[in-house]
Amino acid sequence: MKLSRSWLNSPRAVDGLSFGESDEVIAATLTRLGLEVEQLTRRGSELAPFSVGKIIRAEPHPNADKLRLCQVETNQGRQQVVCGAPNARAGLTIAYAPSGAVIPRTGAVLKPTAIRGVESSGMCCSGWELLLSEDHDGIIELPGHWAVGTPLAEALGLNETVFEIATTPNRADCLGVAGIRRDLAAAGLGRPRPLAPLPPIAEAYPSPIGLRLETGAESLCPYFTGRLVRGVTNRPSPPWLVELLLSVGMKPISALVDVTNYLLYEFNRPLHVFDAAKIRGRITVRRAQEGESFTALNGKDYQIPTGSVVIADDAAVLSLGGVMGGAETGVSLDTTSVFIESAYFTPSAIARAGRMLNLLSDSRSRFERGIDPQSCLTGLELATRLIIELCGGEASGVVTVGATPPRPQPIAYDPMLVERLGGLAIPEAEQESILGRLGFGLVKGTEWQVTPPDWRGDCRLPADLVEEVLRIADYDRIPLEPLPRPSGLPLRAIGLATARQMRLRRLLAARGFDESVSWAFVSHGDAERFGGGEAGLVLLNPIAADLSDMRPSALPNLLAAAGRNLARGESRFAQFEIGPGFRDASLKGQRNLAVALRVETDTAEEWLSTESDQTGFFAMKADLLALLEAVGIGSDGLNFERGAPNWYHPGQSAVVKLGHKTVLGCFGVLHPSVLSDYGLVGRVTALELEIDALPLPKLRAGKARPKLEASAFQKLHRDLAFVVPRDMAAGVLLRAARAVDRSLVAGVTLFDLYQGAGLPEGMKSLALRIVIQPKTATLTDAEIEALCDKIVTAVE
Amino acid sequence: MSDLTELQASALVAISAAASVKTIDELRVELLGKRGKIAAAMATLATLPVDERKDFGQRVNGVRDAITAAIPARHEQLAAAELNQRLAAETLDISLPPATVRTGKIHPISQTIDEFIAIFGEMGFSLAEGPDIEDDEHNFTRLNFPPDHPAREMHDTFYLPPRKNGEGNLLLRTHTSPVQVRTMMGQKPPIRIIAPGRTYRSDSDQTHTPMFHQIEGLVIDRSTHMGHLKSCLTEFIHGFFESDDIPLRFRPSFFPFTEPSVEVDIGCSRADGKLLIGNYGDWLEIGGAGMVHPNVLTACGLDAAVYQGFAFGMGVERMAMLKYNIPDLRTFFAGDSRWIEHYGFSVWDLPSLVSSPSLTAGAGDLRPVAGGAKK
Repeated sequence: MKLSRSWLNSPRAVDGLSFGESDEVIAATLTRLGLEVEQLTRRGSELAPFSVGKIIRAEPHPNADKLRLCQVETNQGRQQVVCGAPNARAGLTIAYAPSGAVIPRTGAVLKPTAIRGVESSGMCCSGWELLLSEDHDGIIELPGHWAVGTPLAEALGLNETVFEIATTPNRADCLGVAGIRRDLAAAGLGRPRPLAPLPPIAEAYPSPIGLRLETGAESLCPYFTGRLVRGVTNRPSPPWLVELLLSVGMKPISALVDVTNYLLYEFNRPLHVFDAAKIRGRITVRRAQEGESFTALNGKDYQIPTGSVVIADDAAVLSLGGVMGGAETGVSLDTTSVFIESAYFTPSAIARAGRMLNLLSDSRSRFERGIDPQSCLTGLELATRLIIELCGGEASGVVTVGATPPRPQPIAYDPMLVERLGGLAIPEAEQESILGRLGFGLVKGTEWQVTPPDWRGDCRLPADLVEEVLRIADYDRIPLEPLPRPSGLPLRAIGLATARQMRLRRLLAARGFDESVSWAFVSHGDAERFGGGEAGLVLLNPIAADLSDMRPSALPNLLAAAGRNLARGESRFAQFEIGPGFRDASLKGQRNLAVALRVETDTAEEWLSTESDQTGFFAMKADLLALLEAVGIGSDGLNFERGAPNWYHPGQSAVVKLGHKTVLGCFGVLHPSVLSDYGLVGRVTALELEIDALPLPKLRAGKARPKLEASAFQKLHRDLAFVVPRDMAAGVLLRAARAVDRSLVAGVTLFDLYQGAGLPEGMKSLALRIVIQPKTATLTDAEIEALCDKIVTAVE
Repeated sequence: MSDLTELQASALVAISAAASVKTIDELRVELLGKRGKIAAAMATLATLPVDERKDFGQRVNGVRDAITAAIPARHEQLAAAELNQRLAAETLDISLPPATVRTGKIHPISQTIDEFIAIFGEMGFSLAEGPDIEDDEHNFTRLNFPPDHPAREMHDTFYLPPRKNGEGNLLLRTHTSPVQVRTMMGQKPPIRIIAPGRTYRSDSDQTHTPMFHQIEGLVIDRSTHMGHLKSCLTEFIHGFFESDDIPLRFRPSFFPFTEPSVEVDIGCSRADGKLLIGNYGDWLEIGGAGMVHPNVLTACGLDAAVYQGFAFGMGVERMAMLKYNIPDLRTFFAGDSRWIEHYGFSVWDLPSLVSSPSLTAGAGDLRPVAGGAKK
């Protein structure tokens, strides 16, 4: 909310407060009270080149229907300005920007130019261009009394400070300037002025317009009040009001409308004025029936959500209660009698209606946060008084339906709670004074009974009162107190699973993969392709069509990133991500995956390598084994099986299992169709590891290690070659050999694979090196021979 | 007589003229072998008259000794020369690069979370985690969000279909607070946890991404108050930015789940369009905090008359951006190799308050460049 210095110190303020403190003191105090000043602007300097101008003549542009050719009297003499605004007309007092001025909204420097063949010098500005409002339908219309050449900031009332306040949702009362003044005064700022008592309003006649509150609508609009003022003359507002509205970026319209906007902004009291001549019969507050529609003041047609609260006459809907009035009964300069509405709408009702209509208004934002429910009649009085003052006329009696909502209940409060929760001891007298200044009622006893003021419906619990006392006292007064340490040494911050994940992350990086963090959502196509696409994982409201599904794996994201990197001319890509993959929407459906992707498009350094893995498969297998080893899983219990998902090359991929049941993940060369879809070439391998499937070791109490049994006898080795069918897996051979006499065989490795000339058709030769470690005595040749025979038998 | 003299002279000439170890070895056989010239000469001994034999024998021995001495010397000489030759032939281009063993980098989000864990771990916090897919109950209701709160709207929160008919829609958690809820519901105080993780909001522009990371903290016991909150976050900020000269400002604010609530600012400078963290007079918001709302305690099964404590939350990317001067939020999720190479961290940069000279120390800090901020 914008707070201008002139509105803060408005002489019309009925609280009589004015503030002599500096802008900086006011801003700092607001922030420390919880009314954060996000920005403090002094628009005068920014608007220095701009001044008041007057349109002397406005004629149609010879070459364009929608443009007008204006002769503008300015401080630089008469200028010809081409203007596209529909409201550009002779006699209008305008905001003139000379050539060379910088337009605040766009940052563009204005230059003399020709528009459709006609010279144009300078510009007539809209509120949008000057950052005064979001309104760029027309140029600013200034009150006619401003002399040509007056600095624009002065004419707009901007030769002053504007505080941009971030009002928190609980402080609806500070959506009115009076509420902000109250907080500042409670913090000790400002001084009250003496106020003259206001004379009562003469009620000349009973209201000819009756009210009815339909059963079922009371929960949406518990209380509705109004009165007629007849014989009014609507006209532009006087300068004090125009300047106040402009100073906070509101657009002056006419006195009758401006009065409601003024009271909305001053008191957080939304009001509505109807042109009474257009009301047929009496006014009914009711729920909307199915299929009702209406045209709002903003000119748009709305289908009214069934059941939301509307204000209607005998013929039609007049307004969307608390959200926006209707175009049909809106006041104009011809209005001579006006019906003023001052009502209380339930916050949830307004929030729901506004949301369903997707309609934002100052009224909606205030009602949905909660205005002072007791302010209907005082608001009506203030509005009546101002309308009569500005437009004349005589007021009818007040009509009301419904009942005012209940007032806030007293809160049982222990003043010691401030110290218990806040860590700051505040004397009872100071607490009493603070609560009093904020308008809270207080009855002291063993326990205090504190009654919040009507405008502080947000205060319901003792903790709310603690916040009130502390924020006025100042959070800065709370002394720092270190958290007590539960023991001398810090506790362990992470568990085994987290530690393991951290280790996997750093190991993957150490093995050459950069870490990536990517969206948890992918396109539906990608989800389906990589094993997902389940209906329960499709977002109802994705931010973009290609981010519609919770991902089954980070793999599609890595593939897309690889494509982008290679398209930039990179020749290799290696990234991993540790993060969620979703199987379904259940708690267990979220899996923690380590996914890595490597793409190599050029050959490795040839002077270094005599042999290379032509596919990259074994490089990825080595990565996988290293990861598993790092979390305590050796290769012994692992089984590599075919049957990896169909995004892998069927002959160059594997499912890795611990034993025969526990699937740890899969890896291998990606399927050529995946490569072509993502525009990838070269050796493309991936690894997907289910971190949660890795068995957690049992934490042992003792850390002692078993004794090292180092044999005193020399190791020896024997090489054995086997000619086997080509489709026989080497792993089978290795496993068989390793199983023989584990007390002697320390290791079996494959050192050669040959398939070619000299072998029978369809056969290959596998050469195993058997490492034998005698433990008790040196082996005789015969013993070695016997062992080798056993191995040969086992393998065959 | 002269035969022997000639034999010795020609042998010594041949030895010194030998050009390779191989020749020397052949000479050794030719001269000293069983069928060699010396042996042949010695064989003639028997043909000589007896009185000449002794003298002849001594002369043959003399020749043999001379040759025997000459051969190893020359052999050694030649072997050395040949080794040198071989070594010269084996000379490598030492400027050729070795096999490229590229080490990857750790993402700043992971690194920053590890830094949070290192600091809060020292303060007695432990890590807690929860699912990304949540329900209204854990994400909003138990956190005291009223039924019509705008955060529940479709334009703020991502929704998924319900698990079963009749249940409400599931949603992607909008903060890591559901982890706090689950912790309070699952364990008795005292509680001291931090909860980092992915969070989601339907927002996408220069400074917002539909997914980002948050880290929240929760302390619940019988006596923790706002003085502890201020101290805890002050210690954290000083530890994280590795400077005690950063002022903190705690100002009143509003969140449904805390009362009293605060927003936390740290000192900064924005002079010349450059953001610097430190004691420079300006302020920058870094997070929200407050005393856990009594309604939240009650909704999570704790007696609000007995237990109290504070909670806080911060954006992980934002803290990383501030500390390491990373300019653009969107780049965190783009997978650009150049970005991660530049802004990422060495695997050895293990955050710790005790085993490193600075919070994140390692190769990065061993470079002779001042300051933690990345260029």
